[in-house]
Amino acid sequence: MRHTLGGKIGLAVLGWGIAVVMFFPIFWMVLTGFKSELQAVNPSLFFHPTLSSYADVQSRANYFAFALNSVVISVGGTLLALLFAIPAAYVMAFFPTHRTRGTLLWMLSTKMLPPVGVLVPIYLLMRSTGLLDTRTGLIIIYMLMNLPIVVWMLFTFFKEVPRDILEAGRMDGAGRMDELRHVLLPLSLPGVASTGLLSLILCWNEAFWSLNLTSSRAAPLTAFIASFSSPEGLFFGKLSAASTLAVAPILIFGWLSQRQLVRGLTFGAVK
Amino acid sequence: MATLALRDVRKTYANLEAIKGVTLDVEDREFVVFVGPSGCGKSTLLRMIAGLEEISGGDLLIDDRRVNDVGPAERGLAMVFQSYALYPHMTVADNMGFALKLAKVSKEERNRKVAEAARILQLEPYLDRKPGQLSGGQRQRVAIGRAIVRNPKVFLFDEPLSNLDAALRGQMRIELARLHEQLNATMIYVTHDQVEAMTMADKIVVLSAGRVEQVGSPLELYHHPRNLFVAGFMGSPRMNLLPATVTASGAEGVTVAGPGGMSVTVPVSPDGFRVGSQVTLGVRPEHLTITPDGSISGHALIAERLGGLTLLHVELQDKTMLVVQTDGSDATRVHQQIRLAMVPAHTHLFGSDGLAAEHLQRNPLTVS
Repeated sequence: MRHTLGGKIGLAVLGWGIAVVMFFPIFWMVLTGFKSELQAVNPSLFFHPTLSSYADVQSRANYFAFALNSVVISVGGTLLALLFAIPAAYVMAFFPTHRTRGTLLWMLSTKMLPPVGVLVPIYLLMRSTGLLDTRTGLIIIYMLMNLPIVVWMLFTFFKEVPRDILEAGRMDGAGRMDELRHVLLPLSLPGVASTGLLSLILCWNEAFWSLNLTSSRAAPLTAFIASFSSPEGLFFGKLSAASTLAVAPILIFGWLSQRQLVRGLTFGAVK
Repeated sequence: MATLALRDVRKTYANLEAIKGVTLDVEDREFVVFVGPSGCGKSTLLRMIAGLEEISGGDLLIDDRRVNDVGPAERGLAMVFQSYALYPHMTVADNMGFALKLAKVSKEERNRKVAEAARILQLEPYLDRKPGQLSGGQRQRVAIGRAIVRNPKVFLFDEPLSNLDAALRGQMRIELARLHEQLNATMIYVTHDQVEAMTMADKIVVLSAGRVEQVGSPLELYHHPRNLFVAGFMGSPRMNLLPATVTASGAEGVTVAGPGGMSVTVPVSPDGFRVGSQVTLGVRPEHLTITPDGSISGHALIAERLGGLTLLHVELQDKTMLVVQTDGSDATRVHQQIRLAMVPAHTHLFGSDGLAAEHLQRNPLTVS
């Protein structure tokens, strides 16, 4: 492919244009968080920054309690999903039967079901097992929610590991667990890590189940944001401040691990 | 060390029989080579012995104990894979010591055995490196070292040299033969390369389409191939196989008429050969000579000059092609008319069923 100077500049402008459009809402949210409520309804780039919205937010709700719930639930859901998915993907990748393909597709098809369709049965199940508004309840729901994707991703990563190496391990006397621990997992560690990262982000941002299944004790940051859109009217300043607080940790985390994430998501495609 | 025996071993996939009943004995300290074209089942058979593939029927005995249902590690075998299959995240030393670590062998013992294997294979300078930092030949040696460290009853090799370049392959062939001597071990080796089979084996097992075609020493297969397949497969360049008709048979053998007016009396048992029946005459390129009074005439089409020897592709009058192996200094030019003669004692005769006729006098096979 030949690139003329004009073409290069055009491409760069287009790329930056798309990036700016995509980033703008986040930028505007952060900006609005530093405005007073009066300034917030007035779309202007120039204003006197103030921390009053943040002070209001913190005085109304304890951010750290919500954040702790988010961390515990996301990490818990992700670890639990990996715990179930690793053996499942291992078996599907290395001991496939004629049903493996179908099972994988079926698992993915569950993601096509609108969650609201199963809201009532799950709500009732949670209520009768006493899991409503508990971290355990959400951890289980998040694990189930992410399991299909986690299994799929791990399956593709495991597929990349040459069979011979596992067989060599078997010849060396490795049992199933040794094989997983000493051979397969170390070899596919980048893949497992990026799968975990993705699951973590999905759990962190999940709003539907957290809003419907928690009220106070186990409410994560998504519920924290939602609590600022109240029937008395929208307070854009406070809402933006709360949103900024909620996305900041995962944004920083995503930034730090972006190389790992990109590598994971394109793994197999480009190798 | 160990003996190994296969008794009517079979492998069936869904509706395909890949191994159709193999019976074989591997003696203690023997170097056995499975050879055959790709898809003949030789690797499958090796993997069944290793325990990586289930055995659908028959028995596998190691030291007279049936091990069909014993796991790969408990069979006491070690395997060297075509792809080396080293653990990329472990150092050379850890690769070689992994089996011992799993077997909970003490660290000192482990280090001692790894050092010993590294010494035999001249891998000492590389013990702390990862496989990715090694050359192909070095990786292959690590894979062999991993097998040696386990002190297995039988070594299994699955086409271990096919990923190496030609020069290195020749060198590793010699190293493997030396290793066999040095370790006094029983080895089973799979290859599609009949040169590897001829040069290394005590016993060659020729396989085709899941069946054993012939078992024997390299020279036995060379001098007395049991059928057309073995005759065509073993030996390089390939044996010339020519259509012929029986013209006479008697105590000295069977006389046949071949293409280009050739006539030869093959010293084989005349049983079952009637005058007029269609047979195949086999003669190796090295058993044809260019001589002015030869009975076969043709002209050279192509000359492959390998330096030490020359392969002439000769076209007979009726367009049949023959390969002749001559001296490197042979002066025959392309398109030159030549006459050929063959040594009757070194010709082979195959009936219409593809089976070889029994030679009246077997080759003494003095070198073995």
